[in-house]
Amino acid sequence: MDKKRPKHLALYLIKLPLPGMVSILHRVSGLLLFLALPPLLLMLQYSLRSIETYTQLAGLLAHPLAKLTLLGLLWAFLHHFCAGLRYLAIDLHYVRDLALARGSSWMVIAASLGLTMLIGVKLW
Amino acid sequence: MNRIVTGAHYGLRDWLIQRITAVILAAYSVALAGYLLWQPYLDYDSWTGLFSSQAVRSFTLLFLLCVFYHAWIGVRDIVMDYVKPTGIRLVIHTLTILALLLYGIWSVEILWGM
Repeated sequence: MDKKRPKHLALYLIKLPLPGMVSILHRVSGLLLFLALPPLLLMLQYSLRSIETYTQLAGLLAHPLAKLTLLGLLWAFLHHFCAGLRYLAIDLHYVRDLALARGSSWMVIAASLGLTMLIGVKLW
Repeated sequence: MNRIVTGAHYGLRDWLIQRITAVILAAYSVALAGYLLWQPYLDYDSWTGLFSSQAVRSFTLLFLLCVFYHAWIGVRDIVMDYVKPTGIRLVIHTLTILALLLYGIWSVEILWGM
């Protein structure tokens, strides 16, 4: 058989499979949460230090842009949480075949988005 | 000559710590979320009341320290995958460690200095 070399792969046509999507989002969300550590710690500090700083923080977080940012971080946390549970399940050999791998990936994406919307609506 | 450049399983300890801290993080998160759902009306007094308990402070500090260790392993893995020049990699690793150590000191200040 005559193979054509070199092969040029059309990378933009290759779709990342769903478990790969969950995986890269696990990284992205983890990095986001790492970068958000200083403001989150600052928020904890303001919420605990005194009633003045507490009300100051509450006022700041009432801003729609702050709420939107927090909602984004909430998604990052929930995705990282759900995908993390999936990886622990994989470590324990609960995900044995492709169907389970895909099904659990859908569950992770749906659960984290669903919970984000649910909590978002409740907080808004 | 028998040279061992890198021992086998040298990443196993971090792999394990990543998972142990993950379980602690998940448990604390579920507990805190449960408390927040239980408490329909949250104000400054109930919030600081919660953190006036020595046990809550200790478990919160344990949670935060696990966050920082967990974050270190994750960030290190990301940097090892995407940042190839040794110099830049070293700088990012150093800054990450310094930042996380400072966050640890800061966490103690937040929880016991209120």
